Amino acid sequence: MLAELGADVIVVEPPTGSTHRARPPFVEDRPGADRSLRWWAGNVGKRSVTIDVLTDAGQRQLAELIATADIVIAGSDRCEGVDYDTCAARDAGLIWVSVSPFGLGSARSGQPATDLTMLAGGGPVWNCGYDDRTLPPVRGAGDQSANIAGMYCAIGALVALAHRDRSGQGQLVDVSVNAACNVTSEQTTYHWLVNRHICLRQTGRHAYPTPSAPVQVRCADGHYATTGVLPRKQEDFAGLLAWLAELGLTEELPEAVFLELAANRDEPVDLSLIGVDDETTAILSAARDAIRLIASRLPAKEFFVTSQRRGFPCGAVLPPNEAFDDEHTVARGFHVPVPHPELGRTITYPGTPYLFSATPTAAPNRPPLLGEHNALLDDLAEQQR
Amino acid sequence: MTGALSHVRVCDLSGQLAGAGATKILAAFGAEVIRVEDPVTRGLWDALRGTGPYVDDRRGVNLGAGFNNHNVGKYGVTINMRTPEGKDLLRELISISDVVTENFAAGVLEKRGFGYTELRKIKPDIIYVSNCGFGHTGPYRDFKTWGPIVQAVSGLTYTAGLPDTEPAGWGFSYMDHMSALYMTTAVLAALHHRDRTGEGQHVDLATVPAGIAMLSTEVLEWTVNGRTVTAGGNRADFGEMAPHGIYPCAGEDRWIAVACRDDREFGVLVKVLNEPELSSDRFATLEQRLDAADDLDALIGAVTATRDAAALADDLIAAGVPASVVKSPPERIDDDPDLDAMGLFPSVTHPDIGEVRVEGIPLRCSQTPWRITTAAPRLGQHNREVLVDLLGHTEAELDDWAQRGVI
Repeated sequence: MLAELGADVIVVEPPTGSTHRARPPFVEDRPGADRSLRWWAGNVGKRSVTIDVLTDAGQRQLAELIATADIVIAGSDRCEGVDYDTCAARDAGLIWVSVSPFGLGSARSGQPATDLTMLAGGGPVWNCGYDDRTLPPVRGAGDQSANIAGMYCAIGALVALAHRDRSGQGQLVDVSVNAACNVTSEQTTYHWLVNRHICLRQTGRHAYPTPSAPVQVRCADGHYATTGVLPRKQEDFAGLLAWLAELGLTEELPEAVFLELAANRDEPVDLSLIGVDDETTAILSAARDAIRLIASRLPAKEFFVTSQRRGFPCGAVLPPNEAFDDEHTVARGFHVPVPHPELGRTITYPGTPYLFSATPTAAPNRPPLLGEHNALLDDLAEQQR
Repeated sequence: MTGALSHVRVCDLSGQLAGAGATKILAAFGAEVIRVEDPVTRGLWDALRGTGPYVDDRRGVNLGAGFNNHNVGKYGVTINMRTPEGKDLLRELISISDVVTENFAAGVLEKRGFGYTELRKIKPDIIYVSNCGFGHTGPYRDFKTWGPIVQAVSGLTYTAGLPDTEPAGWGFSYMDHMSALYMTTAVLAALHHRDRTGEGQHVDLATVPAGIAMLSTEVLEWTVNGRTVTAGGNRADFGEMAPHGIYPCAGEDRWIAVACRDDREFGVLVKVLNEPELSSDRFATLEQRLDAADDLDALIGAVTATRDAAALADDLIAAGVPASVVKSPPERIDDDPDLDAMGLFPSVTHPDIGEVRVEGIPLRCSQTPWRITTAAPRLGQHNREVLVDLLGHTEAELDDWAQRGVI
């Protein structure tokens, strides 16, 4: 994220390369230090140097590099031969961000952990799964604990930078992945904090202390859609009736009479009266049935786009490739071509989700080859002399 | 001690979690965040003003604990933007603010007369960060979203589920959290730029691409190798590890997550589980374990189902195998000494709700620690502080505006 925002990020690796370079998937399934797509995803736009921190010379190199840096990001407040306190004594403006599974000083430091175990222990997995609780809770794909902690790492660095911009003073920022996950579980956390109520997982919808109505529909093409927020206003119900009629589905839904009732009322429907007032309950149940019926008769993507254009917020459950290739995503400039001369290819990367009017993000350089920028270490050594 | 952002004032028109979650972080680091809410709808544009959880049988816009959680440390004013005087008041507030934040549907603020062009006229170096599902440009700019829709159309729901069945999805508005974090980043990055150059800007954040960015390896698998991904349950993405799953334990709805990163860790797992069948040659290599993953998971699950989740997790971790109980809210919130030590869940006293715990910020900063000491504002709680003390209006004007629905 910092590289996306224009920072010159230099990733320091051991001579054998970061262990992330060995993570699948690989270009054309052939492993290699410069072929890991996991590595590419997290390191595009950076530079790479290799330093053997187990040697005195390596530790010296690392210290020299840190002396040129505004921000250090590491897995602790120290690494071989170099630590925050020593560096900060030389450079009071240094910002050092430690990102570790349980935070600095934890009794669990050094315990084995992966994305799966962090998300399981930190809260998100508890929320995710099916109404049938004999099925296991589910961990979503994509190394999300790293994304969560990575975002907080960027924020910690930028908060510290804001302070330094005004005071000249750096600091140590300690990011705990476990803590970050614990405050990334939405209402499950505050239902417990305030009422000691436990939210339970429910298929395709929010975990909640009590069961809620299903919102996902299997569409005509076998893909799913999520039906979103129920209508409230009279014109919404009229619009829903019109859509049913256009699709020739009115006869299939006897409950459509309740939609007519709602369309002709003087006031919008009060959602808080669901389950309290019979007419309100019947209207909203009919609306839900109508949307589910329509969704079941259209391909998911068509349902999503048509429904949104008609003013009913909903979404198609798209696989990542279809999400990425969607016309809107492309129109937002999210397809970023990045030349990979070493492969003789130009590869399309995901761009950034935000557009800065004054400081637009530039297309990044491809992820660095292992040790590609080691010459900068020589330059540093030269300067030292 | 001065907060890292105590020089920053935010005119905050945002709400829900996706917006309020961002300005909560800014407030915790010292920014003066002034939430502007609509008196006509009693602030209910932010749905959390009208929803629970509630601590007792009382209901109302000042009683939702979710709203309180996301808005601690902020000031609250009511301004009716439909009225000329309300517009003037908002202009006055913007003119002394560094940042304007909002997460209305695209175009809403512009229609109210406060698009970026107008904001710049009021305050040339203003930083304006907007945050909505599809952003302010592109063919879907008028589409509306909330967390589960964003997760659906970005690929996150699709990749969270058991194979060949309905997607499970994320079970909460994951992308409300993540877009709040992107929004925070946008504000901080734009502030850094302004402090160096004097130049403000508009940052147009779109949550759906933010969701796709959460799956960047999956995207590259498509653009580089032409392969799509499918929901794989709890198996490792791209066959990176096996076993890698969430297995049942003794008791109701008790589960353990276990991942073996290499053959050695698998060997240790086999010893801890003490199931001879797992020592079979057919599980010797990662490739073999991936091929026989169904059998492997069934064998492991049969053993774990007889074990206590916490004790088994302890045994595995002690032996060097990544493992964790799928922790319930009380286990992870109340029984974690690290979170306790960092004070991750501070208490605030709300004038109506009373004393409740809220979520803090998962960062420890040695020089500028975050502080959360005050509850979320009641609707219009700080009208006097902001409109009289800060903007210099009189008590009489305040009373008049209140009577006429301007505030």
